[in-house]
Amino acid sequence: MAGKRHIVTIGLNHKTAPVEIRERLAFSKEDTPLVLEAMGQHACVDEIALFSTCNRVEFLLASQDAPNAVEAVKDFMAEFKNTPRHTFEQSLYVYHGDEAVRHIFRVAASLDSMVVGEPQILGQIKESYLHACDYRTCGVVLNRLMHRSFSVAKRVRTETGIGDHAVSISYAAVELGRKIFGELEAKAVLLLGAGEMAELAVEHLANNRAQPIFVANRTFERGLELAERFRGTAIRFEEVRDYLRQVDIVISSTGAREYILVRDDFKGLMRARKNRPLFFIDIAVPRDIDPEINRINNVYVYDIDDLKTAIQENIDERQQEALRGERIVDAAVIQFRRWFQSLDVVPTVIALRDKMEALRQKELKKTFGSLGATSEEDRAAIDRLTAALVNKILHGPTVFLKQSANKDEKALYVDMTRKLFSLDEPGEAEPEPQG
Amino acid sequence: MSLLFAFTIACYLASSLGYQGYILFQKRPIYRVANILLWVGFVCHTVVIGLQYHETGHVPVHNLHESLSSFGWAVVGVFLILRVKYHLMVLGALVAPLATVSVVIASMLPRPPVELAPFVRGLWRTLHVGTLIVGNAAFAIACFAGILYLIQEKAIKQKRPGFFFRRLPSLKLLDSMGYASLIVGFPMLTFGIITGVIYAQMVRGRFWTWDPKEILAGITWLVFAALLHERLAVGWQGRRAAIMTIVGFVILLLTFFLFFLG
Repeated sequence: MAGKRHIVTIGLNHKTAPVEIRERLAFSKEDTPLVLEAMGQHACVDEIALFSTCNRVEFLLASQDAPNAVEAVKDFMAEFKNTPRHTFEQSLYVYHGDEAVRHIFRVAASLDSMVVGEPQILGQIKESYLHACDYRTCGVVLNRLMHRSFSVAKRVRTETGIGDHAVSISYAAVELGRKIFGELEAKAVLLLGAGEMAELAVEHLANNRAQPIFVANRTFERGLELAERFRGTAIRFEEVRDYLRQVDIVISSTGAREYILVRDDFKGLMRARKNRPLFFIDIAVPRDIDPEINRINNVYVYDIDDLKTAIQENIDERQQEALRGERIVDAAVIQFRRWFQSLDVVPTVIALRDKMEALRQKELKKTFGSLGATSEEDRAAIDRLTAALVNKILHGPTVFLKQSANKDEKALYVDMTRKLFSLDEPGEAEPEPQG
Repeated sequence: MSLLFAFTIACYLASSLGYQGYILFQKRPIYRVANILLWVGFVCHTVVIGLQYHETGHVPVHNLHESLSSFGWAVVGVFLILRVKYHLMVLGALVAPLATVSVVIASMLPRPPVELAPFVRGLWRTLHVGTLIVGNAAFAIACFAGILYLIQEKAIKQKRPGFFFRRLPSLKLLDSMGYASLIVGFPMLTFGIITGVIYAQMVRGRFWTWDPKEILAGITWLVFAALLHERLAVGWQGRRAAIMTIVGFVILLLTFFLFFLG
C-alpha cells in the first residue's frame, strides 16, 4: 500500500524575510507556469500550488515524501532564482499537516497579512489557484484545501469586522471626507507642499473621483511636477488664500515653521464659500494649519495626531476581530482534518464494513421477528447466508480501494466511496456542500 | 376597525425596534424587515383613516385623537416619500418611534363626537388643520435630521469617531434631508396659516386676534422663513441651520398642542 499524502507549506513572508530577499525570490506571472510544470513533475511532489505576492512567497504541496519534497523546493528556488540556498533558508518556514492547513487558511483570510484584514490577498490566492488548475498540478487534496480556504476567508470577512474601517492615514482621510461630504466626486482638492503621505492621500481622493486638483508649492517647478502627476493645476503659493474659496479639501504638508493659515484668514471666507464645508488634513509637523480654525462653523481640521488616533481605534478593533477570525480558522482546520483523515483507505474500509454489518443486524432482527417460530439451525443458516453475502459484496470494493495504484485516484475513490455509502453520516458529515 | 388600528400600532412598534436593532447590529436583513413593517403599518393606517372618513363623513383632523393619528400617518408618509431620494436608513429609528408614540397616544385618547360645521367652514377647517399636520410631519423629520446632524457633527469636530460616527451617514446627506423636509414643510405651514386666518374670520369675524396660539404660529413661521431665506440666499447650512430647525419644530409642537388642548 502506498504511503499517506502529507500537506506541506513552505515559504517566506514579510515577517520572516526582509524586502531584499522577498523581491529576489518573488515569482512573476511569467515564472509561474515554469515553476508549476517543473515542480509538478517532481517525483516527491503529488500536488502543488504557488502564491507569490510582494509580501510573500508560498509553496503549497501534497506529498508522500514530505522531507524530500521540502528539499526539492528549496533546491528549486535556489536554482531558479540563481540565489545560494543559505541566503534565504533562514527566512523560510515549513509547516506540516494541520499547521500547514491553518497557515493557508490564515493567509487567505488575511490574518497573516501585513495590514490585517486587507482584502487583496484572497483575490491573489484565487488567481494562483486558477493557475495551478490550468497546469493541473492540484489534485483531490489541494482542490479541497483551496476551496475550503476560500470559504473560510469569506466567513471571516462576513462574520467578523476584520475588513471594516480605515487603518492607514490616507484611507482615514478619505473616510472622514466621506462622512463630511457624502460623495467625494467633484470635490476640489488643494495640496500644499509635498511629501509621501500627503501625495498618497491626494491619490486616494483622486481615486474616489475628487477633482479638480490644485497643487501649491514654494518651488513652482516642483508644484508643476506634482500637478502633472495628479492631472491637476499648479498654483502659486501666494494664491492659496484665493483658492480657499473654491476648494473643499486641503491637504497640507509643508516644511514651514509657522502656521501658514490662521483664523484671521477666514474672515468673510465662509460667506464667500456660501458656507460649504471645508476639510483640512494637516499632515505637516510642525503644523501648517492653526487648530483654532477647527472652531469655525463647517470647517474641520484634522492634524496627523487626530488621524492617528482615529486609525488606532480601528486597528484595535481589527485586532479584536482578528481573534474571532482565528476561532473560525481553528474550527475549519479541525473540520478539514476530519475529511483528510477519512481519505485513508483502512478507516474507510472499516467504516464500510461497520455500516454493512449494522444494516445486516438490523434486517436480521426484523426478519427473525416476523418469521415466528424457527429453529436455532435455521437462524444460524440465515445468519451465515447474510454474512457471506455482505462479504462477497464488499470484497470487490475493498480490494479495489486497497490496490488502486495511483495515489491521486486512491484519494478520489476513497472520497467517492464515502459519499456513495454515506459513511460520514450522521453527525460526522461535512456540514457544507462541496465548493 | 380598532383591530386594524391595533395591528397598525404593532407594525409601527416592531418597525421601530427593527430600525433600532439595525443601528445597533448593522445587519441589513433587520433593516429590510423594519422597512417592510413600516410599509405594512402605513398601508393599514391608510385603510384605517379611509374607514374613519367613510364612517364619520369628515377628514379625521377634528380632535386630538384624530389629529395625532393623522400626524403619525403623515410622518411615515413624508418619510417614505423623502426616502426615495435621500437614502437615509438611520432616520427610520427616530421616525418610526414618533409614529408609534403618536398612534399609541391617539388610541388612548377619548374620541369626543365631532360637531360638524357647515360645509364651507368645515372645508376650511379641514384644509387648515390637514395641511398643518402634513407640514408638522415634514418639520418633525427636519428636526430629526437636525438632531442626527448635530450628533455626527460633534463626533467629527471633536475628533472622537465612536459609536455614532460609523453608523450615521454623512453630514451632507443629513443636511440635505433637513433642507428637503424644510422645503416640503414650509409651503404647508404657510398655506395652513393662511387658511387658518380665513377660518378665524369665518368663525370669529376677525382675521387675527393675538391670542397665544396665533402668536406662536406667527413666530414659528418667521423662524422657518428666516431659515429658508438664509439657506437660499447665503447657503446657510450645517450646525446653525440644524439648531434653528430644531428650535422651530419645538415651537411648532407647542402651537399644535395649544391648539387642541387650550
